[in-house]
Amino acid sequence: MKALSQRRRHPLAAIALLLLGLLVTGGLYAVAGTVNEAKAQTTTYSAQDVEEGEKLFVANCATCHGIGAVGAPEGAHGNQAGPSLVGVGAAAVDFQVGTGRMPMQMNGPQAQVKPVQFNDEQTRQLSAYVASLGAGPAVPSEEVLDASQGDPAKGGELFRVNCAMCHNAAAAGGALTRGKFAPGLDGVSEKHIYEAMVTGPQNMPVFNDANVTPEGKRDIIAFLKSIETEGSPGGAELGSLGPVAEGLFIWTAGLGIIIGFTIWLTQRSS
Amino acid sequence: MSSTSAPDTYTPKTRVGRIANFVDSRTGGSAMVKEFGRKIFPDHWSFMFGEVALYSFVILLLSGTFLTFFFDPSMAETHYDGSYVPLKGVEMSVAYASSLDISFDIRGGLFMRQVHHWAALLFVAAMSVHMLRVFFTGAFRRPRELNWVVGGVLLILGMAAGFTGYSLPDDLLSGNGLRIIDGVIKSIPLVGTYISFFLFGGEFPGTAIIGRLYVLHILLVPAIILLMIALHMFMLVVHKHTQYPGPGRTETNVVGYPVGPVYAAKAGGFFFIVFGVIAVIAGLFTINPIWNYGPYDPSPVSAGTQPDWYIGFVDGALRLMPGVIGEFPFEYVIFGRTLTLNVLLPALGPAGILFTLLFAWPWIERWVTRDDREHHLLDRPRNAPTRTAIGVAGFVWYAVMWAAAGSDLIATHFLVSLNDVTYWLRALFFLGPIVAYIVTKRICLSLQRKDREIALHGRETGRIVRLPHGEFIEVHEPLDDYHQYRLVNFESPEVLPAQPDANGRIGRTEKLRGRLSRLFFEDRVAPVTPAELEAAHAHGHPAVEEAAESRTSEVSRH
Amino acid sequence: MGDHSHGDPNTSGTVATAGQGQVEKFQDPGLPPHRPRLADKDPRAEKRAERQVAILFAVSIIGTLLFFVGYFAIRLDESTAISTLRLQNMLLGLGTAFAMLGIGVGIVHWAKTLMPDHEVAEERHEVRPEEDRQVAEKMIGQILDESGIKRRPLIRNTLLGAGVLAILPAIGIFRDLSKNINPDVLRHTMWDEGVRLARDPEGTPIRAADVTIGSAFHVIPEGLNDLHEGKLNEKAKAVVLLMRLNPEDLQVSPGREDWNYNGIVAYSKICTHVGCPVALYEQQTHHLLCPCHQSTFDLTQECKVIFGPAAHPLPQLPITVDSEGYLVARSDFQSPVGPSFWERG
Repeated sequence: MKALSQRRRHPLAAIALLLLGLLVTGGLYAVAGTVNEAKAQTTTYSAQDVEEGEKLFVANCATCHGIGAVGAPEGAHGNQAGPSLVGVGAAAVDFQVGTGRMPMQMNGPQAQVKPVQFNDEQTRQLSAYVASLGAGPAVPSEEVLDASQGDPAKGGELFRVNCAMCHNAAAAGGALTRGKFAPGLDGVSEKHIYEAMVTGPQNMPVFNDANVTPEGKRDIIAFLKSIETEGSPGGAELGSLGPVAEGLFIWTAGLGIIIGFTIWLTQRSS
Repeated sequence: MSSTSAPDTYTPKTRVGRIANFVDSRTGGSAMVKEFGRKIFPDHWSFMFGEVALYSFVILLLSGTFLTFFFDPSMAETHYDGSYVPLKGVEMSVAYASSLDISFDIRGGLFMRQVHHWAALLFVAAMSVHMLRVFFTGAFRRPRELNWVVGGVLLILGMAAGFTGYSLPDDLLSGNGLRIIDGVIKSIPLVGTYISFFLFGGEFPGTAIIGRLYVLHILLVPAIILLMIALHMFMLVVHKHTQYPGPGRTETNVVGYPVGPVYAAKAGGFFFIVFGVIAVIAGLFTINPIWNYGPYDPSPVSAGTQPDWYIGFVDGALRLMPGVIGEFPFEYVIFGRTLTLNVLLPALGPAGILFTLLFAWPWIERWVTRDDREHHLLDRPRNAPTRTAIGVAGFVWYAVMWAAAGSDLIATHFLVSLNDVTYWLRALFFLGPIVAYIVTKRICLSLQRKDREIALHGRETGRIVRLPHGEFIEVHEPLDDYHQYRLVNFESPEVLPAQPDANGRIGRTEKLRGRLSRLFFEDRVAPVTPAELEAAHAHGHPAVEEAAESRTSEVSRH
Repeated sequence: MGDHSHGDPNTSGTVATAGQGQVEKFQDPGLPPHRPRLADKDPRAEKRAERQVAILFAVSIIGTLLFFVGYFAIRLDESTAISTLRLQNMLLGLGTAFAMLGIGVGIVHWAKTLMPDHEVAEERHEVRPEEDRQVAEKMIGQILDESGIKRRPLIRNTLLGAGVLAILPAIGIFRDLSKNINPDVLRHTMWDEGVRLARDPEGTPIRAADVTIGSAFHVIPEGLNDLHEGKLNEKAKAVVLLMRLNPEDLQVSPGREDWNYNGIVAYSKICTHVGCPVALYEQQTHHLLCPCHQSTFDLTQECKVIFGPAAHPLPQLPITVDSEGYLVARSDFQSPVGPSFWERG
């Protein structure tokens, strides 16, 4: 701070201050004004992308989501085969298709991760088509995904308040009601983590930019990546599942080894 | 001891002798050596769990002392400034910050923390297995009832020591654990709210609880544990150890190895082995990664918030209890006061029932069997089928609650619905012990029949011989005397029906006792008698055994 | 043997008499004959065992050295990577393990192979001989008699009374474990009319427009972060979960019509079971799940309990918006938050 105060009379200080002011106002404006973050598209889709995407959609998705992605009619018990995708945005498609959750293999409590069915180009085209149906969250830019620029400590705090109750404090995943679950986040790409936050896939709540700012999201990603790459200083993590795994370990491996020794110890030597 | 005035007449010749003489003439140590030097201890692997618990406790004292030098049980707020990057600058309590410093900035601190925590888990686990061994072999019977009770108290103290320690780092996991305890305490009628205020020094969480738990954890609870261990050991010496039945082992002797040198070497060496095993585990496996959980804050919570394993059964019971059945809640307001049965029942009920039965069991069994003799020979579990069945039923009941504490992990790891897991465990809570009782009893009786079969006909050799007239038989090899004795020498009490008292009347409790005696001993497999064995040998073949036990299946008919 | 009223178990009358009854019990063949070990017979085996024990002790020495390598070769400071710390922990663990197991296994191996392995029988003596008990009983009788405590009930009763009373201060002195005990504080939180809803942990206020359908905000009262004393105590009661549903999905009971704002609802995050934060919001089923004991609350039915051990709904925080469009509380919670307590009523 001392260094800063010494330079406050520097000729460039005024410009710096002006820039800072602009940044702050702009930032505040972004936070307050853009709720559904249909921010400037980071990737622009051509008309051809949309056209190709529509073809793919009709062939692969329309059975459940309906032609034009308006959603299938509700069934007898209020079940809907597939919801309307108008306004879900490109990010939702990129997440669901990019992680293999969509197209769904079968009905179940929630869509499961499986090998990805479309290549990157096709996923992009599908996203383009769905994005063209209505404004929604876009695929995030590289900048907000750069974990090296994030603050893992701040991200950790945000993660514990907003995410840990479902995904576990060490992001190992957890159970939800009636067969649903929050997946573990180990190995999930930065982009997909970000997209999940802005779109709220399955039963996950939406964390729009007014709730957790894009910088906050980047901090969360930085936190997740730092615990993922560094691992535990104490050795094997036993799934990061907490006391249950530890108790199971001491009763099986721990007592098992001890019993092995007691048997050896009390056996007569040959 | 030598008199004070006259010079010693005994002059030691070796150096060891001189040292011993010096010590003895001042402390009377030779009486100790005389008493313990060649004391006999029987040797069996199942006798060693008590030692495991004792050694774990010693390791806990050693590692715990190390930790106290660096831990600061203060709940004052601070901002973390240690080495662990993902928590830098985060607001937290001094207790949590000092726990992080132990983990990241003090060399060997993380290792000692992990040794301490793993040893704590092993301590309670070893005590539990030790108690199971004592129960299933009938070692709690006269004259050891009081030592059984001391053991039960030690188990509870071990859990108390563990829980108070679990909460000290003031991390998110243990903080939520404390909050659950607070909720449970508040459900106690009349005084619950007051106890909660006293414990936390006001409202939850306050700023007092960590310091208070710390004093309990490092002073009060370990002191009582030490006292109880001393009592336990003293009674062990007075009673001498039990032994398994076998040739040469009777109710009036104890067969084994003398303390010096064999038993002392084995027991002493075993301490190092237990320490070594804990060290391997602590070096290679993370336990309680407090840096993942973050500082305690009443707002967040982590999925999979569970207590350490020994409190798990209470947590599981809390999960199993439905708060509302249909439209009927288990929470009543009577005269403006709230009775919270949905918390009170599961938190105190199962633990209360388990420990009451555990403490009372020696007297219950003595009453039912009317057996007031001293027992120094153990029962093989199969030779006490009803006791074994009751024990297994109790264990299954405990295990159902235990499993319930991990219901969310069962759901995610076996891809089933969390709600279904709870429904199934609720059913098993009631049905599990019943099924376990029936199945265990049948297994015990079958094993007894198998023993009987082998005692009468010898071991199957797997050698098939064709007799001259064409019949195939399998050759059975007769047992030697020692193996024979092992299989035939056990007690098999019979039903003792309700007895009239002095006035010739049968009271209600006596009737109940009679019924329980029937439950205990109606199904029995009698041990082989010499006469039966002779008859079996004379005929070469089975027929006779039916006289004693009509339901014995003839596995080896030929 | 003391009080063997039923006799020695080997000849006990309660034991089965299943046979024809000539000899009821088998003869105890006595201890099995001692089987010599390899090391007893073969001097080479003995030598080998001796070497093995020495090697095990040497392993222990190497283990101790390994510990010191781990301890001194790795220093901890700001720049230490987690993987380095893990390596150190592993070296310390393995070093200690070898040091301990080397000694332990060595000694036990020594005892098993080289020390005498003859099993010895020792007679048990009675726990408490009959005569001792009689002497003790007589002694106690004499002591009581000489003290005269039985003959002088006045002394005895006043002593008993004094003794009982003397214990009370030892209990009473703990009264100040908690200075203020007032269960009523459990009924009130920081929320009050006009208090803005703010994000946890930043403490920035939330506009109604920020809360889109399907999102969940973790909320603290504005001003909580400025508290210096009792911040966690207030937070422990005041945390709220804020969600927006389609207004048609909400079943609103009479009297609560103006507690939500265009489908935005705020509920206490503290479970009514034993107080964990109920923060798992499923945005499609509108269920709230507690991760500790799985109590499930249905948001559409004003957080009625639909599964698990909780017995009453989560309290709702009445909210509205202020002139600047920020969400504010209309009042405190109308019922106490968190687990039930005796005085709750």
